[in-house]
Amino acid sequence: MSGELVYNVGYLDEQTKRMIRRALLKAVAIPGFQVPFASREVPMPRGWGTGGVQVTAAVIGEDDVLKVIDQGADDTTNAVSIRQFFAKVSGAATTTRTDEATVIQTRHRIPETPLHDGQVMVYQVPIPEPLRFLEPRETETRRMHALEEYGLVYVKLYEDIARFGHIATTYAYPVMVNGRYLMDPSPTPSFDNPKLHRSPALHLYGAGREKRIYAVPPFTDVVSLGFEDHPFEPQRFEQPCAICGSTGVYLDEIITDDAGGVLFACSDTDHCERAAAAAAAAAAGGATTPATTTEEVTA
Amino acid sequence: MYVAVKGGEKAIANAHALLAKEGRGDPGTPRITVDAVAGQLSVLVARVMNEGSLFDPELAARAVLQAQGDVLEAVTLVRSYRTTLPRFGYTLPLDTATLPPQRRISATFKDLPGGQQLGVTFDYTHRLFAEAATDGPVVTATAAEPSGPMPRVNDLLGDASLIEPERSPDSTDPEPADLTRDPTMFPMSRAERLQALARGDEGFLLSLGYSTQRGFGRTHPFAGEVRVGEVEVEFDAPELGFAVPLGRVEVTECQMINQFTGSADRPAQFTRGYGLAFGRSERKAMSMSLLDRALRADEFGERREAPAQDEEFVVSHSDNVQATGFVEHLKLPHYVDFQAELGLVRRLRHEYEERAAAATAAAGAAPVAPTTAAAAAETEEVRA
Repeated sequence: MSGELVYNVGYLDEQTKRMIRRALLKAVAIPGFQVPFASREVPMPRGWGTGGVQVTAAVIGEDDVLKVIDQGADDTTNAVSIRQFFAKVSGAATTTRTDEATVIQTRHRIPETPLHDGQVMVYQVPIPEPLRFLEPRETETRRMHALEEYGLVYVKLYEDIARFGHIATTYAYPVMVNGRYLMDPSPTPSFDNPKLHRSPALHLYGAGREKRIYAVPPFTDVVSLGFEDHPFEPQRFEQPCAICGSTGVYLDEIITDDAGGVLFACSDTDHCERAAAAAAAAAAGGATTPATTTEEVTA
Repeated sequence: MYVAVKGGEKAIANAHALLAKEGRGDPGTPRITVDAVAGQLSVLVARVMNEGSLFDPELAARAVLQAQGDVLEAVTLVRSYRTTLPRFGYTLPLDTATLPPQRRISATFKDLPGGQQLGVTFDYTHRLFAEAATDGPVVTATAAEPSGPMPRVNDLLGDASLIEPERSPDSTDPEPADLTRDPTMFPMSRAERLQALARGDEGFLLSLGYSTQRGFGRTHPFAGEVRVGEVEVEFDAPELGFAVPLGRVEVTECQMINQFTGSADRPAQFTRGYGLAFGRSERKAMSMSLLDRALRADEFGERREAPAQDEEFVVSHSDNVQATGFVEHLKLPHYVDFQAELGLVRRLRHEYEERAAAATAAAGAAPVAPTTAAAAAETEEVRA
């Protein structure tokens, strides 16, 4: 028998961490450019955040505080699983509070609470190539990026407008980074795209299965594609969160019965909890107007 | 309601407990031991070692048990362990010409130096359930008599230049890239491609190899030789100045002889396809050699028309750890993105209804039956 098997601290071996850090440095140096890296297997299946896990494993240190979200929530099963993994192999502290975290690994959302200087966002990316569904071949798409040949994606957006009256891409909405590289912001809803523009945080994207890393350094221009007469439009919700009353946040639609009853609640559970607590405190303190906007709650 | 709003942590703990219980089966039956799996399910263990890219029968057997017989899960376990192991260096190339084969067959020559040896095989067995089903096949030991040297069939052909050389004469024998340590970039070298095929899913390779036989990238293959046996692995230790033997591994090698090339200026020659796999893995080695040859289309100026000839298609989709992970990730919640799509579809429907209502109103206001063109223009206005 092989006896007790030993894994390195932080799971990945040190050479691998160095290799990933090098790829990250290159990615930061060329914002939006997809850097090929020798992606390793990690103990969760491909497509379940293996790229994000490798990036997190390469950047996390003893002083870091890790937050993991999936669909904006800290308690979805995969977020729990990844947080437990790092608690086990790295011994890093974990939190659910966006403002306390130094590293936030995410799938499909950017937190509502504005990010601040020094924070690192780590995104799990399924398909890093924004041109993939227009051109399946990697050899072709790399050439298109090299030549800044992005006509195809504008044609796609134009066809949306011709067919539906407006752009019909709601998530993984393509962005132009630093005026040079077209980038897939990972399948976050386009609602979250404006948060990337000149964000004070460092945004790192890891695609494990596709073996690519890319980044948006702090204070970088990130512009969602659009036309002068059909500018980019993020999603809007008509109603406030049913739990905390926040408006201007992304909402989950929760089906409550089989008679068409629905309830809209914050997708960001950390934001929702704190907004609800703040509203309750304000009500208890005699304040007449409960906090209703993100800015007020999180300021 | 596995994770509507809260409770992911508890759900995971409960699910793991249930999984362990299911995996144990009837507590009244004895547990299967790792040794039993390694010894009695060695073909399965070989598959896990191949696709896990790690020669360690005990670890692979342990993975099979922990994965409750799910091959891809076992492969993932092995890979996730293997990838953390430090890389001390590389072994010398295996010399399969010297391996004493326990099995060696050629479909191209009736007899050849060293002879044919059927060895361990399911070929020519009748696929009927054995009477003593619980005991497995009847054991009748036969001594494998040592035979003389068994040169590789393709080397015999090569001596007469009837087949392309193993390496082209102007090849400088570059360091083979390491698929598990270098980023994947296309086009790949043949060495990298073979690495990808060696860890590729047996079923996927089989189907694609099969497709070449049915005309999708046909290469007219003959099984020049299939041999199975144990071969010495030697570690290249530059600081010592000599190679250190590490032990022996059982491998299956397939050398395919494929359609010939030639032109007015070049004599006709057969071409090669190569496959190598751990353990008794003939299906894998043969499929691999079919694909290796098909993927060399560019080398021979062949048109790439079939999936099996398309390197990016084959290599990008042959890794079953990647494939199963990405297919199964659809089980993960996607409600944020779905919400975004839901909002868009509702908006599109709303806009459609508005347009329809406006068109009806316009038709009512102008009873002189508006032409469809007018209605369309109306729609355009509404849309704008």
